[in-house]
Amino acid sequence: MSALDGRPGAAVGVAGEAAELRFRDPARARELAGAIARVTEQVDHAPVSIMHVCGSHEQSIAKFGLRTLLPKGLDVIMGPGCPVCVTDVPEVDEAVALAQDGIRIASYGDMLKVPGSAGSLSDAQAKGARVDVVYSAAQAVELARDTDEDVVFFASGFETTAVATAAVVLADPPPNFSVLSAHKYIPPVMEIVAEMPGARVEGFLAAGHAATITGSAIFERFVERHGLPVVVAGFEPLDILAGLLRLTELVRDGEARVVNAFPRCVTPEGNRNAQEQMWRVFRTTGGRWRGIAHVPNGNLRLRDEFAHVDARRRFDIDVRRLWDHAPSQLTQVCLCGDIMAGIASPMDCPLFGKECVPDTPVGACMVSTEGTCRIWHMYGGHPDL
Amino acid sequence: MERKSGETTVTRGGPDSDGAPRPSRIRARSAGPDELITLKHGAGGVPMRLLIEETLAAGYPERPVEGRGVEAMDDGAALRLPDGSWLVVTTDSHVVHPIRFPGGDIGRLAVAGTVNDLAMMGATEPLGLTCAVVVEEGFRRIELEAIQASMLEACREAGTTVITGDTKVMGRGEVDGLVINTAGVALASRIVTDDGLRPGDRILVTGTVGDHGIALMARRHELEFEEELLSDVAPINALVRGALAAGGDRIVAMKDPTRGGVASALHEMAEKSGVSIVIEEPTVPVRHAVRAAAEMLGLDPFHIANEGKALLGVRPDRAEAVLAALRAHPLGSEAAIIGTCAADHPGRLVLDTGLGRRLLTEPVGEPLPRIC
Repeated sequence: MSALDGRPGAAVGVAGEAAELRFRDPARARELAGAIARVTEQVDHAPVSIMHVCGSHEQSIAKFGLRTLLPKGLDVIMGPGCPVCVTDVPEVDEAVALAQDGIRIASYGDMLKVPGSAGSLSDAQAKGARVDVVYSAAQAVELARDTDEDVVFFASGFETTAVATAAVVLADPPPNFSVLSAHKYIPPVMEIVAEMPGARVEGFLAAGHAATITGSAIFERFVERHGLPVVVAGFEPLDILAGLLRLTELVRDGEARVVNAFPRCVTPEGNRNAQEQMWRVFRTTGGRWRGIAHVPNGNLRLRDEFAHVDARRRFDIDVRRLWDHAPSQLTQVCLCGDIMAGIASPMDCPLFGKECVPDTPVGACMVSTEGTCRIWHMYGGHPDL
Repeated sequence: MERKSGETTVTRGGPDSDGAPRPSRIRARSAGPDELITLKHGAGGVPMRLLIEETLAAGYPERPVEGRGVEAMDDGAALRLPDGSWLVVTTDSHVVHPIRFPGGDIGRLAVAGTVNDLAMMGATEPLGLTCAVVVEEGFRRIELEAIQASMLEACREAGTTVITGDTKVMGRGEVDGLVINTAGVALASRIVTDDGLRPGDRILVTGTVGDHGIALMARRHELEFEEELLSDVAPINALVRGALAAGGDRIVAMKDPTRGGVASALHEMAEKSGVSIVIEEPTVPVRHAVRAAAEMLGLDPFHIANEGKALLGVRPDRAEAVLAALRAHPLGSEAAIIGTCAADHPGRLVLDTGLGRRLLTEPVGEPLPRIC
């Protein structure tokens, strides 16, 4: 056991400390922040607005307090980067209806509190429904193996978790296992956000983990169509700052291209094997993303040949009975949609931190630990500290 | 982030330790009568505190003697005896899954939890503990014997014993395995509350944070690390006794960061004292494996339960002396000064990450498994 008096990033134990210093080194962080400030000043307008589309990026930015390092002339906006937040009411209703019918539901912890027409899975659980929190698709399959009853995996997430769901679907799961897919596909929604009236996004910071699967080249077409730069970045504080620096440089130089700032994990072509598995199991279909819009090709659903694992086809899911519950008046005031589109911040919302808190969320952005409002509520957003 | 609706203040009860009646801080979003009790109400955060303040601790008649009671929501109660000393009382029920976990079991937890709650009031020499057990039909006797043996061992470490008890056996399914309740009594010449902080005071932690909760969760999720994750469950009354001897009345607040972790405990101390606390994250001792497991599980070590640690608020002139006393004890060898109280942003915790600053909030209704 090492002594740790006041050493930066003090971690007891040895393994991993070097990595931590490399990617969380305060001195390097300040250098990068200084460079970002100089580049931002060289842009002929202010503020420079860039968007990331990933809850993990926002988590890192907020958790490490990076906004207090960034120049005032740079707006880093979180877009629709939380798959839990954009899970729409009808999808939650399907899971709640199944749970109320006595079917055992397994899902990621965040999904339990997403509000549907008549409450969330968590509410259903408090009234006796059986809901299990799992940390992986494989864990949901294990649950099914340990029992004879039906287990439905309410699956959410972007490409990263969709690949994991595809893998278990392809690995011959037990007959009592099925998937209720709320998986989303990120590239189409970037197009929607870029074209939104009022959008002032000048560049995108793309999520490194999703790009390990899809490859960075997937953004080429987007760059071509919209003339906006895309930088793929990782999640450690220095990864993010390096990505932001590259992106502000591209904005300053008016250069629209894809830059991979996370080359230790991401290649242009991505993980072909994972992509192949994902597309063997899933097809894209249009659907509403909560608070955003109808997103063409934005939802991932199981292909016909996997109908036997598709909860939507195995069960007769009747969500109509949930519709008698009038949605709360407050949802009319909720700004989640504008916040996820990057045209409003949580501070603009009259409900934020008052009627809408993590314990009793009004909008989905307050539910997930990847949601903008939840993150800002937890870490203080743009704190004046 | 102020809360407006349903605000209430409780001022009932006697004056606290420095003689001035002080309203306890309650900011409530009162729930309707249809609200169901859920796991979040037991998670040690805001929902739990509101439930206690609004329901479980509400409406009792005044105490016949001077002291610090349920309205203070402290680690235990203190009643003033005719000779001027204090009788400190605390009680705690223990349920934990699994019943045996890396580094301890429910028996050790039941003794340490109560001994430590007494110590947090400044009462480090417990006169005795009560022990009530509720056992499910079908529980194995040999397992009960092992748990009793570990209670015995923990009592020896703490220098105390069990003085009375109660036993119930419930039908299968009527209780989940085993529930143990312990209460403790001790005498103290001076009590330490959790609300005595002033701007400038230093905050000390007696060792690494997050060990207990992460050890249990890693076991449940079958995560393995090169460095074994062990619960820190231990009676720390002797450690605290040493600190009190070195710091005397310059130790102005103490709290053990159990459920809800360091964030919840410091929040409560900051709010009750009307100060903010700036925490220097790089100085907070966290085991590497705990940090790694917490990141994997999407958790913050500051939100994770500890069962053998204490947070101390110390006037600045004695902070180093108290730190030295803590480090002289085997259970305090990794103690550190982690923060400083300030006057602005009262009730808030500000975390300086070494890269920038942000708020450190209390955990709210996380989907955390029950861990103590």
